[in-house]
Amino acid sequence: MKKLMIALVAVFSILPLFSFAAGGNVHLEKANYDLTDKASLQRGAKLFMNYCFACHSTGYQRYQRVATDLDIPEQLMKENLIFTESKIGELMFNSMDKKEAEKWFGSAPPDLTLEARLRGPDWIYTYLHSFYKDESRPFGVNNSVFPDVGMPHVLEELQGISIATFETTTDANGIEHTKVVALTSDESGEMSSDEYDEAVLDLVNFLVYAGEPNKLERQSLGIWVVAFLFVLFFVSYLLKKEYWRDIH
Amino acid sequence: MLKKLVLDGIDWVDARIPMTETWNKHLAQYPTPVNFNFWYFFGSLAMLVLVNQILTGIWLTMHYNPSAEGAFASIEYIMRDVPYGWLLRYMHSTGASAFFVVIYLHMFRGLIYGSYQKPRELIWVFGMLIFLVLMAEAFMGYLLPWGQMSFWGAQVIISLFGAIPIIGDDLTLWIRGDYVISGATLNRFFALHVIALPLALVGLVFLHIIALHEVGSNNPDGVEIKRKKGSVPEEEKSKFTFHKQYSEHKDIVDAIPFHPYFTVKDIMGVSFFLICFATVIFFMPEGGGYLLEAPNFEPANGLKTPDHIAPVWYYTPYYAILRAIPDKLLGVIFFGGSIAILFLLPWLDRCSVKSIRYRSWKHKLNITQFTICFIVLGVLGSLPVTPLLTTVAQVASVGYFGFFIALWVYSKNEKTKPLPTRLTH
Amino acid sequence: MSNAPDNSGRRKFLTLTTGVVGAIGAAAVAVPFVKSWSPSEKAKAAGAPVTVDISKIQPGQLIRVEWRGKPVWVVSRTTKILDELGTLDAKLRDPASEEAQQPEYATNALRSLKSEIFVAVGICTHLGCSPTYLPDSFSEQVEGVESGFFCPCHGSKFDMAGRVFQNVPAPLNLVIPPHHYVSESQILIGLDKGDA
Repeated sequence: MKKLMIALVAVFSILPLFSFAAGGNVHLEKANYDLTDKASLQRGAKLFMNYCFACHSTGYQRYQRVATDLDIPEQLMKENLIFTESKIGELMFNSMDKKEAEKWFGSAPPDLTLEARLRGPDWIYTYLHSFYKDESRPFGVNNSVFPDVGMPHVLEELQGISIATFETTTDANGIEHTKVVALTSDESGEMSSDEYDEAVLDLVNFLVYAGEPNKLERQSLGIWVVAFLFVLFFVSYLLKKEYWRDIH
Repeated sequence: MLKKLVLDGIDWVDARIPMTETWNKHLAQYPTPVNFNFWYFFGSLAMLVLVNQILTGIWLTMHYNPSAEGAFASIEYIMRDVPYGWLLRYMHSTGASAFFVVIYLHMFRGLIYGSYQKPRELIWVFGMLIFLVLMAEAFMGYLLPWGQMSFWGAQVIISLFGAIPIIGDDLTLWIRGDYVISGATLNRFFALHVIALPLALVGLVFLHIIALHEVGSNNPDGVEIKRKKGSVPEEEKSKFTFHKQYSEHKDIVDAIPFHPYFTVKDIMGVSFFLICFATVIFFMPEGGGYLLEAPNFEPANGLKTPDHIAPVWYYTPYYAILRAIPDKLLGVIFFGGSIAILFLLPWLDRCSVKSIRYRSWKHKLNITQFTICFIVLGVLGSLPVTPLLTTVAQVASVGYFGFFIALWVYSKNEKTKPLPTRLTH
Repeated sequence: MSNAPDNSGRRKFLTLTTGVVGAIGAAAVAVPFVKSWSPSEKAKAAGAPVTVDISKIQPGQLIRVEWRGKPVWVVSRTTKILDELGTLDAKLRDPASEEAQQPEYATNALRSLKSEIFVAVGICTHLGCSPTYLPDSFSEQVEGVESGFFCPCHGSKFDMAGRVFQNVPAPLNLVIPPHHYVSESQILIGLDKGDA
């Protein structure tokens, strides 16, 4: 029996060790988000609806659910966070036309409901810190996490714009590689650097929530289920021992 | 009064179908070797997971939309809008991986204790067919969420058939029903996943168990519990009553009835398994990107391949073999061969001693290297290709196939240890 | 049917305990399976209460709105119709609305919150067809009654308060949905007053 436990625990516990790195070889900063922080989630939702939603839908979730989960009163939600003609029970689609969007940005801005599960919270956190000035790009900015991204720096009025420092190295084959080694903000934004970090963290928090709104419910239910199963295991262990007295 | 009513009811049914007879034959009076160890939990666990997959699968079908336009959104609909849909979905997705964990350990048990040997060849063959159908079932199921990994995984695996000379291209076209993976492919995979393959699976499981109960279970000593009639002195025979089908022509030693002894033991095993299973479902349903892969949170896009595509962990050993061979056709042949050769195990092993406990050091070494190679291939199959890793995969592939060749060679005149006359426990 | 020799009290107790704990577990497992059949958020959103604007309704006019996939009628009843309703009791099956086919606030002679405005689910209580509104040719169906509802499927007849006439297949009066006035000109269908 002990061996069974060890084997199963081992199998399940080594799995996460092989996790895929989401962002390839770019160093990602850790986003210390907190799903239980309703105020942060509310601020994140507000930032998202104001700065992101015009281009990026979150079309797998509903306004109603967001309002309920984030403790936002329905009336407040309707007045301040629903910018389209949508009813509160509807899915959160913006009114952008996909064909038009493709013309403007090269490809249609993706839906972001599952972005945090697709790329990971750390990636989003770092990405939103990594815009820098680059006049060669259509929107005048580039991104060191997502090179040549077809998106303007929408949070520029909050963060300001960063200037990149490059470093060029030559590898063994004589090919030159240029990469961004540092970003320095021009501090023209409304927010200080710390305030901006907080704002981005709120946004990440909201996107993590959007990716899996049941996460907290899942974990709290899980504790009960596992506790119950321990009870079942205990009584079934006693039962087995009782019967096997016949044999040993 | 109530008891009489129940007994009368049982009599009534027994007069019409052999209910008590079947119960006795397969449970209450089925002789089970007394020395079953922890490796013997995985058969009943496989049954449990099969039931879990079928039930949650039926329920998911009630909410899933099998179309290229609606499939991805319907998964999120299940995850968010359907009451407890997220739980049913995680039970199913985690169950798929749990199925393979359990099946691999079950197969490993058969391998080390020689449970595939005469007279249990058919049990092994049915088991391998179950494994094969299960892989097809999981593959087709993986397309259904219609995410990027679903799409490109299917693209790669279906393209393998293109390596077959002459008919390859037409065959892939026929499997897809389109020039690319499309709604047509999704719909046929859905039909196979929810109806055809589960039917085949249940049928094969039935045959697997019927074949097992016909010849009886092997055990960690690999020594038969059924002896020639009259060869065992009365005081050494098992003190339990067994069904006449087993005891009429044989003397039975060191056996206990499956029910209640192994039912209570399996209930305990099931409870423990469920603790692990629930832990994954409730606390790590993505399994670190191994059970639900991150690229699958993006809808299928036929114009953009994800940076790194890797099959789900249970296919990675064979996938690593495929990638290790620098030729498309040969790669596919060895890929198929790595599974096909497992079917031949009962005939490749020419030794008459079953259990690893009484076999030569060569056999112990061979099984050890095989296990290591299998795990190494599994890890490699999930990593991106580099020249070094490809070399490692080639070495491990040689080890994988070498196991079978070496087994065939040394098992003919193997120096084994003497077998005990009774089971050790 | 057990094949075990010893059957002590402890054994019986443990068997029972494990059985009970196992049964509780099985019942708990059934919960998600059963609950997943309840209306999803999507269905609830589609079945959400509907607001009807009655500022432009003409006397005698019927507006049809969809609520939970069913037709809901909003009819403006003229004084003439209201007068007629008081004379029909003898011909009706349930003139006083004793059967619970309406919320409490519509359990009155006119089966409505306001006498002029009548709100009802336009589904015949016989087998689910939607009756036809006959504003001025209902006398062909019931002599001497000018307006009413006639079900084309099996000929059931209802008066302008949705009350069923005698000798027709429909057993009950038309259903009055929960509703209330948000303002003078707006009715919210699907929700009682005070239930947010």
